[in-house]
Amino acid sequence: MKPNDKKFPIPSRVPDGNIQNKWEKHKGTIRLVSPANKRNIDVIVVGTGLAGASASATLAELGYNVKTFCFQDSPRRAHSIAAQGGINAAKNYQGDGDSNYRLFYDTIKGGDYRSREANVYRLAEVSANIIDQCVAQGVPFARDYGGLLDNRSFGGVLVSRTFYAKGQTGQQLLLGAYSALNRQINRGKVKMYSRHEMMELVVVEGKARGIITRNLVNGEIERHGAHAVVIASGGYGNVFYLSTNAMGSNVTANWKIYKKGAFFANPCFTQIHPTCIPVSGEHQSKLTLMSESLRNDGRIWVPKHKKDVEKIRKKELKPTEIAEQDRDYYLERRYPAFGNLVPRDVASRAAKERCDAGYGVNQTGQAVYLDFASAIYRYGKEKATSTGQDTKNKKLIKKLGKEVIKAKYGNLFQMYEKIVDENPYETPMQIFPAVHYTMGGVWVDYNLMTSIPGCFTIGEANFSDHGANRLGASALMQGLADGYFVLPYTIGDYLADDIKTGQIDTNTKDFEEAENNVREFISNILSNDSGNSVDYYHKKLGKIMWNKCGMSRNEKDLKKAIEEIRNLRKDFYKNVFVPGEPNNYNEELAKAGRVADFLELGELFAIDALERQESCGGHFREEHQTPEGEALRNDAEYTFVSCWEFQGKDKKPLLHKEKLIFDSIELKSRSYK
Amino acid sequence: MDLLLKIWRQKNSTEKGGVQNYRIKNIEPDMSFLEMLDVLNQQLINEGDDPIAFDHDCREGICGSCSLVINGAPHGPDKGTTTCQLHMRKFKSGDTIYIEPFRSSSFPVIKDLVVDRSAFDRIQQAGGYVSINTSGNTVDANATPIPKPDADEAFKSAACIGCGACVAACKNSSAMLFVGAKVSQYAHLPQGKVERKERVINMVEQMDKEGFGSCTNTGACEAHCPKDISLDNIMRLNQEYLKSKIL
Repeated sequence: MKPNDKKFPIPSRVPDGNIQNKWEKHKGTIRLVSPANKRNIDVIVVGTGLAGASASATLAELGYNVKTFCFQDSPRRAHSIAAQGGINAAKNYQGDGDSNYRLFYDTIKGGDYRSREANVYRLAEVSANIIDQCVAQGVPFARDYGGLLDNRSFGGVLVSRTFYAKGQTGQQLLLGAYSALNRQINRGKVKMYSRHEMMELVVVEGKARGIITRNLVNGEIERHGAHAVVIASGGYGNVFYLSTNAMGSNVTANWKIYKKGAFFANPCFTQIHPTCIPVSGEHQSKLTLMSESLRNDGRIWVPKHKKDVEKIRKKELKPTEIAEQDRDYYLERRYPAFGNLVPRDVASRAAKERCDAGYGVNQTGQAVYLDFASAIYRYGKEKATSTGQDTKNKKLIKKLGKEVIKAKYGNLFQMYEKIVDENPYETPMQIFPAVHYTMGGVWVDYNLMTSIPGCFTIGEANFSDHGANRLGASALMQGLADGYFVLPYTIGDYLADDIKTGQIDTNTKDFEEAENNVREFISNILSNDSGNSVDYYHKKLGKIMWNKCGMSRNEKDLKKAIEEIRNLRKDFYKNVFVPGEPNNYNEELAKAGRVADFLELGELFAIDALERQESCGGHFREEHQTPEGEALRNDAEYTFVSCWEFQGKDKKPLLHKEKLIFDSIELKSRSYK
Repeated sequence: MDLLLKIWRQKNSTEKGGVQNYRIKNIEPDMSFLEMLDVLNQQLINEGDDPIAFDHDCREGICGSCSLVINGAPHGPDKGTTTCQLHMRKFKSGDTIYIEPFRSSSFPVIKDLVVDRSAFDRIQQAGGYVSINTSGNTVDANATPIPKPDADEAFKSAACIGCGACVAACKNSSAMLFVGAKVSQYAHLPQGKVERKERVINMVEQMDKEGFGSCTNTGACEAHCPKDISLDNIMRLNQEYLKSKIL
């Protein structure tokens, strides 16, 4: 692939000046739309997770007419709901030295210096406001006995800045955003379309002017016009088939805009989360995360000796019977400063390293322990001391300690027990890395606009803030920052040109063409009377991605992956069997559309991974590592965002490079030792 | 394990439905209930048949999409568990399992096991919020301390996932546990106090308009709630409603 070395074709619109003042200055100088004119402007939002729901609510409050779409039966079910651990904010309530700068610095460093400085600083800057907003909405965050908000720590940082609501933070934040959205639906300012899938973007004279949707209940193909289209459809982790994403999470909305000209940035930057419940068999449909917050109290280990590993696999030995000196707490050993709280990419690779070396603790050899015994003891002793009970009574200490752990992580422990059928209060959890989040996404400028004028992308769907690795509890922060505090203002700068446009007419050639494309796809995909199911292809794609584009990558495998995906895609169009009718509830048809897009994205993913000849964050190229096996970046040649431009069906996409400039932070190799 | 499944099939909201029998073999105990249905659906597709439609998404017990009445119990036999978190180890080979949709005239069937629960959204739209704008120009989050017990109670009510099992379990199709949970969450928090009267009146009015029945205190909703939302929420709903109407 010959990269395009020409100047990056689109301005990133990052304002000049000191990083601390950029956002203030930008807000003060961009164009505004008057309240009277906002009433004449329509905005479409696709997706109702934290980003989409918060953006819809805020845009409607400002006065725009909003149409919001989600494929689920209710906007409250978007996958943000499943986020467990927490949300970061530079409040410095703990007085442990936190600040906007430190959150900014941690995020840039955690992302392995592959994100855009100005965007990340803005994220840190608005973070504190998110917490104020959510509390005012009635989000029941965890509190201490004084009635103030409680915090915990997440990986890759040395302060406690994570706000949480047990292991259900995403649920509580999403229900907060959903309530704000409901208020606007009730006012008639948002028209909500549930069970609708976006099938196509409509571009009129170079501007995004609407979408084509399919009503998932009756199959109707609908045209919707608007002055701007906001995509908030989340990440594409399901390209791996098995991931912690919801079953319906998909790349379709993002992929449709890519094919209409939006650049796709860093598609190979994927987060593999270190603490998930291991795969139990071929029937597995999805993977379940065990929140990173557990690493506050859990210690990760494998046996030091192979003989113990073998006995464990044969169930002749229990993990609790292995003595302290015969355990290898490998994160504490390799990274003494951060220990069990190293960033996710580092923790995942370290687990893989131990399992590849033959120390994995279940039958498949693909699991390590996450152990709470010492935390239970520590908390129990603390509680016994503070309540004046017998601190020598081991049974009592264990009981008290378990109560503390239950209060903190009860729902996670219960979930683990349901899935694995083992009691994690008594025996260590078994965990293994799994695909969780995608840092890559559609390229956006500082205003969160894509390379298609009038088309915006927010939340996980865009690329901007997390570089090559996202820190824990930062996804919720970004989703709400984009939706509540960034997009609603920056979109005005674009819409200021549209105050006289009038309603978008959907009876035009462009809408007709887009609709015909959708109808054509549907009739083609339904044409076979027998063949392989959609899941058959999705699972095959997932295996290629996991084995060849997963936790570690190399040139040979990536090339092979590209070839295999191409062949699989051909086979899919020839032999896929989608039963049922187009004008009815038909989940197989909906899935077929999503998998068709994954089959194209997967190839771009591998192309991007092949092109980036360095290791950074979650992207680990075996050819580029230090003698100790740590990721080896190549700043001289790869300090850029890879932006891929669609060139037509089966044609090589064109690579543009947005150079990353670090004015406020020195580029350093990341160390958590 | 080998099972006989008796599953409700219904083409769409207007046609009549009925129970059909399906035999399924080699189900592993570690599979989730929905993974067992996945296996059946792959089997049906391979035979050229229409797979069984059911709602599901996160498969980790939090999105509230999954439903199903399994052997007469919403979300199946396991207490405090959504269908997606129910595992086949709770069944044994040779079992017959009845699988039906959530039944309520306010939840019309869309297809097979998929029902329309948008009535719940409309109840929330009637008043399930604090009317503040999202500008972020509010007071500092720690400006108003909230006693931990109040915050914890609010959280317990807010843990409702909106799945509708309470309605399906209730002989009156009452939605009072669902509505009570939202009303209670805000009633426990200072932020919710300003609009407490309008909120409860509007939500209850919408609940009645949607055709949900009244509570006769059987406690079936609490017994089948996958998130163990307590009956206390209904008590609080009644309290709040009476206070708003009478006092």
